Amino acid sequence: MDNFSHDVLIIGGGGAGLRAAIAVAEINPKLNVAVISKVYPMRSHTVSAEGGAAAVIKPDDSLDHHAYDTISGGDWLCDQDAVEAFVNEAPKEMLQLEHWGCPWSRQDDGTIAVRPFGGMKIERTWFASDKTGFHMLHTLYQTSLKYDPIQRYDEWFVTKLIVDDGRCQGAVAIELATGQVQAIAAKSVVICTGGCGKVFPFTTNANIKTGDGMALAYRAGVPLKDMEFIQYHPTGLPFTGILITEATRAEGGYMLNKDGYRYLQDYDLGTPQTEPVLRSMELGPRDRLSQAFVKEMEKGNTLEGLYGQFVHLDIRHLGEKKINAKLPFVRELCLKYENIDPVNEMIPVRPVVHYMMGGIHTDINGATPLPGLYAAGETACVSINGANRLGSNSLTELLVFGARVGSVAAEFASNQSDYTFDMAYESITEENHIKNQFFKEKKNQERIADIRKEMHKTMEEGCGIYRTENSLLASQNILTDLKERFSHVAIDDHSRTFNTELVAALELSNLLDLAESIVQSALSRKESRGSHQRTDYEKRDDENYLAHSLAYQEKDNKPRIEYLPVTITKWPPGERVYGR
Amino acid sequence: MVSKITLEVFRYRPDQETQPSFDSYEVPCEKDWVILDALNYIKDQIDGTLSYRWSCRMGVCGSCGMMVNGEPVLTCATFLNKFLPGPVKIEPLEHFPVVRDLIIEMSDFIGKLQKVKPWIVRKEEKSLEDGEYIQTPEQLGDYKQYSMCINCMLCYSACPVYGLEPEFVGPAVIALAQRYNLDSRDQGKGEREEILSQDDGIWQCTFVGECSEVCPENVDPAGAIQRYKVAATNNWWKSLLMPWGKSE
Ligand SMILES: Cc1cc2nc3c(=O)[nH]c(=O)nc-3n(C[C@H](O)[C@H](O)[C@H](O)COP(=O)(O)OP(=O)(O)OC[C@H]3O[C@@H](n4cnc5c(N)ncnc54)[C@H](O)[C@@H]3O)c2cc1C
Ligand code: SF4
Ligand code: FES
Repeated sequence: MDNFSHDVLIIGGGGAGLRAAIAVAEINPKLNVAVISKVYPMRSHTVSAEGGAAAVIKPDDSLDHHAYDTISGGDWLCDQDAVEAFVNEAPKEMLQLEHWGCPWSRQDDGTIAVRPFGGMKIERTWFASDKTGFHMLHTLYQTSLKYDPIQRYDEWFVTKLIVDDGRCQGAVAIELATGQVQAIAAKSVVICTGGCGKVFPFTTNANIKTGDGMALAYRAGVPLKDMEFIQYHPTGLPFTGILITEATRAEGGYMLNKDGYRYLQDYDLGTPQTEPVLRSMELGPRDRLSQAFVKEMEKGNTLEGLYGQFVHLDIRHLGEKKINAKLPFVRELCLKYENIDPVNEMIPVRPVVHYMMGGIHTDINGATPLPGLYAAGETACVSINGANRLGSNSLTELLVFGARVGSVAAEFASNQSDYTFDMAYESITEENHIKNQFFKEKKNQERIADIRKEMHKTMEEGCGIYRTENSLLASQNILTDLKERFSHVAIDDHSRTFNTELVAALELSNLLDLAESIVQSALSRKESRGSHQRTDYEKRDDENYLAHSLAYQEKDNKPRIEYLPVTITKWPPGERVYGR
Repeated sequence: MVSKITLEVFRYRPDQETQPSFDSYEVPCEKDWVILDALNYIKDQIDGTLSYRWSCRMGVCGSCGMMVNGEPVLTCATFLNKFLPGPVKIEPLEHFPVVRDLIIEMSDFIGKLQKVKPWIVRKEEKSLEDGEYIQTPEQLGDYKQYSMCINCMLCYSACPVYGLEPEFVGPAVIALAQRYNLDSRDQGKGEREEILSQDDGIWQCTFVGECSEVCPENVDPAGAIQRYKVAATNNWWKSLLMPWGKSE
């Protein structure tokens, strides 16, 4: 590690990054693989995933069912070859995690238990009570410790990719503890940096989810795919945005408006039954449920709270025993953060930004158009998630595509010669660049927090659940202005030791670039599909937009948008039918 | 009118000062705020140089442990208004070297995690084609509690032994070893016990149980240590009776 040169460099130590690192170490133990992460790996946001991870194991289920649920859930924007590979490899990957010790919940006979999730025909969600992501991440982290070739750079923040001789050959990063800026060489580089929910103010995403990897790739000339598709989860706690998992509805929870009425029946999602029905009502897909909330709000059927409008999620009828057995974390979160006990009280909820369907453009193996650069996990867009991700597909995606990308990155690295750039030069240039950008006295000095707040506001107002040309254009103008103002940001903290203000500034600069790509992609797509709803173009338009958007960064100009046709194998575009 | 509260925050910037000090900040005491919200308010509105770790703000990533009025807590899971009228003293977790402000040096802990082989050890691996290892809900229950640790290290700050004896592997790491020892899929108990047996700290643990008291996840590391001691004593007797026998 002293010479900062590796065969494979993985940026990100969440579920995708750790799975990829293990894949490299298993495929070729001679390769030297490094994982670099801005937080200790077990702090990565995979830790917060609650509900579960999908893979077919029940005898009455089939790979085709899983594929169809995924594709219809994604409003036909998924690449079907990728979905087929995904559903096919999912069960094996989940079992692998079982063999590594993941404490999956079990049936009485000791076999794996599964639960239903939204948009699913047959239950296939594996779960570790309601801390699935936590257990998966810790299992992967702990298992990764047994592989000697895996080296780690913990609490290093990557600021730039190094592209030389037409291929990606490494990255520059800041060691947070010392402030050292250091170029790191690698024969292949894999980005696994997670999503960018922090573009928005109200989100289930952690503070670290600032889409850094997307911005790194974007600036290196790699396009971002389908950025306009942003998933709102229908059930977040007001104020904190803490997620109340879909599993609460899968176990039988009801969504109620201010009159105690199960309003989803008015939105073509089926008729209410006492017991949960798959692909119906509360178990419809997330985009449709979040949209129904907005309509209810417009009708005046929601409740007014301190932090805006909300509805109720009611699980009281499940009883204390079931809640404790299946949803202990939900109860804990409500008690700890909302001061209510869901055993006796209804949970206030509202839609909350949750997940990025879009991300770095990759092929089915995680390769980007830039040789030597790969991506997997939420930061990547393969795409299996299309216009709306099916709940519990993401955790599985980390494993399937983490493993895939690990193996192709290992293979690529095995056939590459050493790096060709000058390590000292790259390090010093980036250090100077950072100093010039943030450490100088400036006229009209701006604060990070102010710019961030305005970005949040304009993204929520202009680019939320429903969008129009006017709202998007307004956001576009404000973002241009904010980017200008960002050049006047100067930070108070000039220390080299753990400069978290510098980190926040770098993250904000990433968020601004991503916000711009989101708005531009949303403006270009003149149709409504899945989570992208344009009130000025209300219909899905397969003739013109059965295609992925690709956003390219342009110097001193707005992003350029191109389109790439969706790959269809077995499932021609059809109507999304839920509850009937 | 929202009431105000004063936070007295530990500051230490090694490139500027040799001695730590305290800075006072007055912040609004909003009803739904946790301590971490107040720190974020300071960082965003008053003093951008204040440094601390945080991420999930939902009590599961384990980043945000600090001493609040002398108690180790997760600052994202501790309401601010509990401390009215104030002031509230915020310090870095005790028993760890300070890197800067509220950020402690944790590589010692990270190293110890790895030391106890926290992964499934098997003489023979089952192939994936043969499906899952059968594990009944009762067998899962045997270790489940010990698998809930979020590595927040509050227990290390509470542990009197670790305070005196930094070599001690400490509560969370012993709980982690037990998590694997008690897992029906694992066969590495012997290896882990050999590692733990070299640690004198365990025998100095008086079972006062401060660690379990501060644990936000009810992992009960004190219980894990106690169970380990009983098992180790039994194995010691066995090894006297069968000198060449390996403890299983
Ligand atoms: C509250 C919540 C609940 C969820 N529940 C579910 C669920 O039940 N089922 C499901 O399928 N999905 C769920 N999801 C989605 C899923 O958890 C995430 O999509 C997934 O965990 C992302 O994993 P990842 O490995 O891609 O990224 P992350 O886990 O976010 O990891 C990103 C990594 O990149 C590193 N990194 C980022 N930027 C940099 C940088 N500049 N330099 C160095 N390192 C960097 C970070 O340190 C981190 O290690 C949930 C999401 C949330 C927010
Ligand atoms: S045992 Fe409890 S207190 Fe100790 S690190 Fe784990 S979760 Fe934190
Ligand atoms: S911020 Fe994650 S535990 Fe507090």
